[in-house]
Amino acid sequence: MTQRSSAALKSALPMIAASLAVAAFVGGWILTPRLVGGLGALFLGWLLLTRTGRQALAVARVGLSTVPERLGATSVVVVGIAGVVGVLVALQAMAAGFEATLTGAGNDETALVLRAAANAELSSALDRPSTTLVAQAPGIARDADGQPVASAEVVVVASVPKQSTGTDANLEVRGVGHAAWDLRPQVRIIAGRRFRPGLRELIVGQGALRQFSGLDIGDSLVLNNQAWQIVGVFASGDTHESEVWGDAESIAGAYRRNGFQSVAVRLTSPAALETLRSALSADPRLRVEVQTTREYYGKQSERLTRVIRAVGIGVAVLMALGAVFGALNTMYAAVASRAREIATLRALGFTGLPVVVAVMLETMTLAAAGGLLGAGIAWALFHGFTVSTLGSNFSQVVFQFQVTPELLIRGLQWALGIGFIGGIFPALRAASLPVTTALRES
Amino acid sequence: MKYLPLLFSALMRKKMRTLLTLLSVAAAFALFGMLDAVRVAFSAPQSVIGIDRLITSSRLSLIQPLPYADLARITSTPGVKAVTYASWFGGIYQDPKNFFPNFPVEPESYLDMYPELVLPDAQRQAFIKTRTGAVVGQSLADLFGWKVGDKIPLRPTIYPHRDGGDVWTFDLVGIFKAAQPELRGSEKQMLFNHTYFDEGREIGQGTVGWYVVRVEDPARADQVAQAIDDQFDNSAFETRTQSEREFQLSFAKQIGDIGLIVTAIMAAVFFTLVLLTGNTMAQSIRERIPELAVLKTLGFTNRAVLVLVLSEALAMLLIGGLLGLALADLALPIIGEASSGQLDVALQPESWTLGLGLMLIIGTLVGLPPALKAMRLRIVDALAGR
Repeated sequence: MTQRSSAALKSALPMIAASLAVAAFVGGWILTPRLVGGLGALFLGWLLLTRTGRQALAVARVGLSTVPERLGATSVVVVGIAGVVGVLVALQAMAAGFEATLTGAGNDETALVLRAAANAELSSALDRPSTTLVAQAPGIARDADGQPVASAEVVVVASVPKQSTGTDANLEVRGVGHAAWDLRPQVRIIAGRRFRPGLRELIVGQGALRQFSGLDIGDSLVLNNQAWQIVGVFASGDTHESEVWGDAESIAGAYRRNGFQSVAVRLTSPAALETLRSALSADPRLRVEVQTTREYYGKQSERLTRVIRAVGIGVAVLMALGAVFGALNTMYAAVASRAREIATLRALGFTGLPVVVAVMLETMTLAAAGGLLGAGIAWALFHGFTVSTLGSNFSQVVFQFQVTPELLIRGLQWALGIGFIGGIFPALRAASLPVTTALRES
Repeated sequence: MKYLPLLFSALMRKKMRTLLTLLSVAAAFALFGMLDAVRVAFSAPQSVIGIDRLITSSRLSLIQPLPYADLARITSTPGVKAVTYASWFGGIYQDPKNFFPNFPVEPESYLDMYPELVLPDAQRQAFIKTRTGAVVGQSLADLFGWKVGDKIPLRPTIYPHRDGGDVWTFDLVGIFKAAQPELRGSEKQMLFNHTYFDEGREIGQGTVGWYVVRVEDPARADQVAQAIDDQFDNSAFETRTQSEREFQLSFAKQIGDIGLIVTAIMAAVFFTLVLLTGNTMAQSIRERIPELAVLKTLGFTNRAVLVLVLSEALAMLLIGGLLGLALADLALPIIGEASSGQLDVALQPESWTLGLGLMLIIGTLVGLPPALKAMRLRIVDALAGR
């Protein structure tokens, strides 16, 4: 009885050590990938240059060469991990794409003036005198004619059928002033021409063009019961591509409005923001807030990207748990089926270390294959995949999934982390099984 | 029943393997439960009452208000039993993260229109009589620790108060509960007096966001909706009248491609799950071929062996799956809390049924091949290890 309990204790010790190793590994993996990389290089040197290292390599080669015979079992590891990595990369790519699309529209040289307490352009309202006052404030750059580079803009939402579903979705319609082109030099016409002020003409962003029906050049769009002609298509590489642009005065007229939603201005320099802010807050006739477009668009993307990121990680953690259990199962079975072979090696004089390393190498190879497969599938399926969702202006924001190299590397990190946890316990078991028992096992 | 100990000992034969398989099944079904709760919340907003309710809003877009004067014309449309109205206020309590829907409504007719919002009679009267009165749902009151008599300040995002203040203050005069547990989502809102709102705002006076119409005969709802819209055809304020369910679905649809992505994730998860469990089952049966042969030698029929192996797979899926769904059920309220109500969904009976179905189907799928193999075993070969 005492013998058994001391044996149990002995076999528990490596388990505790392994748990600590797992914690240290995962912690190090997340905090300092570079450190882990350095250790990896050291490890590689050990493998190739020392006697025990070469022994480990030889044992691992034998193990890996039997993989084709155990295709069913090993595919559990590979496919399980590929699933985790695929889901993780795809969801993070969605968040990254949304964030990039919105923040791409912001910078430190331009600022946006909204009514105090408005949390988006759509909920803001500025009357005509206010917009004139804002445009004359100090800190705003002037063009060659001495006119302030400021565009008082109208933002409204129109119901237009979406191409994919045929059901109505909200399209953002932005009425801009003549300074809008100077303010947003990234916006360029790729087909047709600019709208002419005073006429019922619109240009459409290429994202909106792809997502909504009936926005081709020559089509007419009904806004508040009036037909507007589409005369051009523009590209900007940011969230403006989800919009339709027209002349601010004409659009305000069509919606029977005598006010605007926002004033976008170009600052003389990023530092001029404070000048502008204090001038506007000192004016008792105004109740407005000013922020750089970088701040504004950063805030607009923050909430949704945070939700998508959190959901993505939550889903991946749960799936990773499943994959770890699967990997543990597979590797325990692999070790059990090779117990005799491993015991023979140890009877021949191989120490425990090469055996542990060999099992770990096998698992990590399978995990890396799974990670590459998952990341590859996510990249092939989702890179550049265009979707749209509801943005803060209560209208559709069109964006593309962005599978960045960092995301692929992070996916691979997860794969190797899962492989490590799934391999270490079976590896230690292989090394700690009493030789005599293992030799008797069938 | 008499096979139960046998089934149990089969599961306990390799405790570690059984435990790991159970846990991976549980992880997958926990994920399924959470994702399916999201899917259900998006595809079927929780309003099972209200089949006789229609929503009339602007045809042009939801942000366009409708004139108050339409009320009389809608009320007099044949087939209409009652009409009320509401607007979107979009006020913020303390921090934008605390978002919850708040609407100005006409108290008496709105509460009549929505009988599922249950309010004590005295509080109902107080809501009708108090100009600055507001009522909130129970879960919202719990969230912020509000009680009747409190003053609630909201910062307006769309409608500044006419007196120049950046705050609208409301007196909490009542707390309503949902009539049925599955409508608990409606306890997340705040309602206040439309008259107070209309007097206090600077812009858009004399308009409402949308009308809610109750029809006399739900079967003729389509014709009534058409009749309402026809009246405003070619006017400056064209309307679109649709059932309440359609109206809510149109919001869910705006969120866009999330449903598609959720389905894709679930498919990936299940593919992995079937593979994992199927493989483990097959392996465990392979190892037990001599045992099964002994059972057959003892006189177990082929069918008994088949049932034994198949029920082992089913038991594994059911135990793990139910454990996973229970975990999801426990985790969802915590997630809802942590995201301050933004991801507040609950596991619906629909998801339990679907999950149970999937457990049975996957259990059969992964159990049947090894079960058939076990059934067809020839005793002599199996005992000889051939």
